[in-house]
Amino acid sequence: MRVLMFGWEFPPHISGGLGTACYGLVQGMNHHNQEVIFVVPKLWGDEEPLADFVNASDVTIDYRERKFKKIWKNLTYLEVNSFLVPYLGQEEFKKYTDYAMHHRTDVDESIFSNKFEFSGKYGKNLMEEVSRYALVGAQIARDRSDFDIIHAHDWLAYPAGIAAKEISGKPLVVHVHATEYDRSGESVNRPVYEIERAGMHAADHIVAVSQLTKNICVRKYGVPAEKVTVLHNAVLDASIIKSAYQKKVPEKIVTFLGRITFQKGPEYFVEAAKKVIDRDPNVRFVMAGSGDLLNRMIDRVAELRMGTKFHFTGFLKGDDVDHMYAISDVYVMPSVSEPFGIAPLEAVRHNTPVIISKQSGVAEVLKNAIKVDFWDVDAMADAIFALLHYQSISKMFKELGGEELKKLKWEHVAAKLVTVYEKTLAQRS
Amino acid sequence: MRTVCFYFQVHQPFRIKPYRFFDIGEDHYYWDDYLNRNVVRKVAQKCYLPMNALLLELIHKYEGKFKVAFSISGTCLDQFEAYAPDVLQSFQQLVATGHVELLNETYSHSLAALKSKEEFSELVKKHQDKIKDLFNGYTPKVFRNTELIYSDQIGAMVADLGYDAILTEGAKHVLGWKSPNYVYSNAINPDLKVLLKNFRLSDDIAFRFSNKTWADFPLTTDKFVAWLNAIPKEEQVVNLFMDYETFGEHQWAETGIFEFMRHLPEAILKGSNFSFSTPSEVAKGAAAVSKIHVSTPISWADEERDLTAWLGNDMQDEAFDRLFELERMVKKIDDVEIKRDWEYLQTSDHFYYMCTKFFSDGSVHEYFSPYDTPYDAFINYMNVLSDFILRVKAKLAETEKVTV
Repeated sequence: MRVLMFGWEFPPHISGGLGTACYGLVQGMNHHNQEVIFVVPKLWGDEEPLADFVNASDVTIDYRERKFKKIWKNLTYLEVNSFLVPYLGQEEFKKYTDYAMHHRTDVDESIFSNKFEFSGKYGKNLMEEVSRYALVGAQIARDRSDFDIIHAHDWLAYPAGIAAKEISGKPLVVHVHATEYDRSGESVNRPVYEIERAGMHAADHIVAVSQLTKNICVRKYGVPAEKVTVLHNAVLDASIIKSAYQKKVPEKIVTFLGRITFQKGPEYFVEAAKKVIDRDPNVRFVMAGSGDLLNRMIDRVAELRMGTKFHFTGFLKGDDVDHMYAISDVYVMPSVSEPFGIAPLEAVRHNTPVIISKQSGVAEVLKNAIKVDFWDVDAMADAIFALLHYQSISKMFKELGGEELKKLKWEHVAAKLVTVYEKTLAQRS
Repeated sequence: MRTVCFYFQVHQPFRIKPYRFFDIGEDHYYWDDYLNRNVVRKVAQKCYLPMNALLLELIHKYEGKFKVAFSISGTCLDQFEAYAPDVLQSFQQLVATGHVELLNETYSHSLAALKSKEEFSELVKKHQDKIKDLFNGYTPKVFRNTELIYSDQIGAMVADLGYDAILTEGAKHVLGWKSPNYVYSNAINPDLKVLLKNFRLSDDIAFRFSNKTWADFPLTTDKFVAWLNAIPKEEQVVNLFMDYETFGEHQWAETGIFEFMRHLPEAILKGSNFSFSTPSEVAKGAAAVSKIHVSTPISWADEERDLTAWLGNDMQDEAFDRLFELERMVKKIDDVEIKRDWEYLQTSDHFYYMCTKFFSDGSVHEYFSPYDTPYDAFINYMNVLSDFILRVKAKLAETEKVTV
C-alpha cells in the first residue's frame, strides 16, 4: 500500500511531539514494507530517508486549474495574515516576539506566484501557510496517482488532506494528535476549531492518539464514535538510559518538564510542591521549560516563600533534557488535558518514577505510574511524598515501568494503522 | 553664611553571572567578572576619569573655595582595585587636596539597616577600614546609608556608631510645608544632624539636564544661579545630592554636562552669596532648626521615595528574607569566601533588578538591570542563593565538628 501523508514537521526539525510521532509512525510503516509519500511544508535535507519526501516549497502550483480555485475560495475564511499563534512550541515561544516583530523577508508573498516558500514554523503567517499548504496538497494529488489513501496529521495538514481527497477522490484518514480543546481549554480559537471540525467530517476515518482524545472528537466535534479508532503512540527506543550525569545537590529532586502553559497544568505542580516542602524540607522542585505562564509561576513561588527550594531552568535543550531526567527522583506531569504525552515515557527510560494526571492519554498505556486528577493537589503531594520516602513503591515502578515501555512499539501501531487503512478502503468499494 | 553642598554617590555592584539550576552544588563562583569589568571600564572612560580630572582642576583653580563630597561603596572600591586602579588613583588625588570629603556607608551597599543592627555595624566598620586603608588613614565623620534610606531608628543607630551627621532625601511626604534647606536633627538622638537633599535642584541636574521636553531646557549656569538666588534669604543650605554617574554616563558628554559643571562654581561664587561646603562643614556650621520625624523609612528612589524599588513584591521579600535567615550561621563561620559572598549578595542592586513597578513601561530600572525581566533576575539570584545556603550549611557542619 502507498500512503500520501501530510505532516507539518519531521525530525530533526521539530518543536513538539507531533514530529516525533510522525517519525515513529513512518518507521513502523517501513517495518511492514508499506510505502509512504511524506509531504512537509519545508524540507531541510537532513531528514532520515524513511519515506518518499516531498518538499511543499518546491511544488509548482498551476493556478489555471479550475478545481484549485474552488479550493482556494473555500479557504478564504482563513484570515490570511492574521496575527494568530495557536500552537507554539517551547523554543518558538521564546523566539516568537522577535519573529513577529521582524517581518520575514525570505517569503515571496505574491498570491500569483507559483511556488510558495514555507517556513514550516508556527509563526504569524501560520494561517496563510496552512492555506497554501492545502493548494500544494491539491497539486500533488493531481500530479501523481501512485497512492491508495491519504493521511493528514493534525489540523495544520487537514486542509491539505481535504484538498487532496477532493482532487483524487481517494479516501482520507485524519490523525488527531491534539485538539484545540487540549491547547486552549474552553476558550477555543474558532478558526482552528473550524478546520479541525472540517477535517474530521471530511475524513473517511479518524485516528485518535488516546481514548481521551477520541472522546473529545465525539463530544466536541460531533463525529460518530465508530468512525474513530484509538491508536496510542509508542516510543522510538524503549531501552533504559544509564546516564553518567550526577546530581550535585544533596536533596531529592522532583521535576516538571514541559511547556509552561495552561494545557500542562504547571500551577498544580507549584501548589503540590508547597505541600511537600512544608512536610519535608529536603526536596527541591524544578520547573523546566518556558511558556506564557512562566512569570505567573515565578510570582506564585515567591509568594509561597519557597524560592530556595523551587527552581526554574528555562527552556532546556539537548543534553540538558537528559541530565534533568537523570537527576530527577520523581517526574510529574499534571496536564489538564493531554492527548497523549510522551514525556513521562522518557522519564521511565531514565528509571524515574512518574506521576501523571488522569487527564492524559498516556495514563491509558502506562499502568505502573501514580495517576491523580490534575486539580487534586493533595493527592499529588501525597504521591510525591510517597515516591520520595517509600523506597519499595518507587523501586517497583522503576522495574515494571521499564517492562511496560518495551511493549510500546511503533511497528505495532503501524500494523494497526494498516488495518485501519484496509477497512477504510473496503468501506469504499 | 549660605552654602551649596555637593555629594556624589559612586557605586558599582558585583553583578551575578548567569547561574543555572545545574550549577547548584557545583559552581561556587557567582560573579560575572567579564560584565563587571566591562561596566567599570566603560563608566571609567565616560565618567570617573574625565569628571575626576575636571573636579581636580576646579579645586585647584578656586584654591579650595570649591569642594565636594563622595561616598564610594566598598564593592565599587574592590572593583576599582581589580579593574580600574587608574580611577582609584584619581580619587586618591582628589582626597589628598583636602577639599574632598569621603562619607561612610555600608561596605557592600547593603539593606542591612532594615534587618540587622549587628550586620549593619559590621559593614559600616568594614567600609571605614577600607577607606582608611586606601586613603591614607582618612576617617569619615558623616554617614550616608544605602540609597539614602533613612528612618528615626536608622538615624539613632548611626548616632550610636559615633557619626555627626547623616544624609537623606528631602522627601515631600516627610517635610510637608518644611524646607529641605535647613539642617535638622534626628528625632531620637538630637546629636545627629540630618542633611536633606533638595530634590528639585538636584534632579534638575541629575535627571532633567538633557530633557528637551522640560520647560526650562536648556539648563544654563545663569538659570541655576537665578534659582539659587530665588531661595528665601533665611534658608541656609542647598544640598545637591546625586549619582556620580550623572556626569558622562546618565547625561552624556554631548549634552554639555561637563561644561555646565566647569562653569557652575564661578557662576555661583560670583553671581550669588552662596559658598561651597562639604557635609561635615554644613553639620558643624549650622544649628539644627528642629527634629525631623521619619517613622517609616524613606529613600531617594523613584517618585514614591520609599523602599518599594528594592522590597515589597513577593520575589524581593522572599530573596531578602531567605538571605538574612543565614546571618546567624554565616557569623559562626570563619571563611573568607563565604564572608565575601554573603556581603556581595546583600548589595541592594540585586533586589532592584527584581522590581516589577516599571516592568511594563521599562524605564530607569531597566536601564540599570543586566536582566531582561525581574523574573530572570529572581531566578538567577535564587539559584545562587540556593548554592550559597548549601555551602554555608556544609561549612558550618565542618566548623562545629572541629570545635567539638
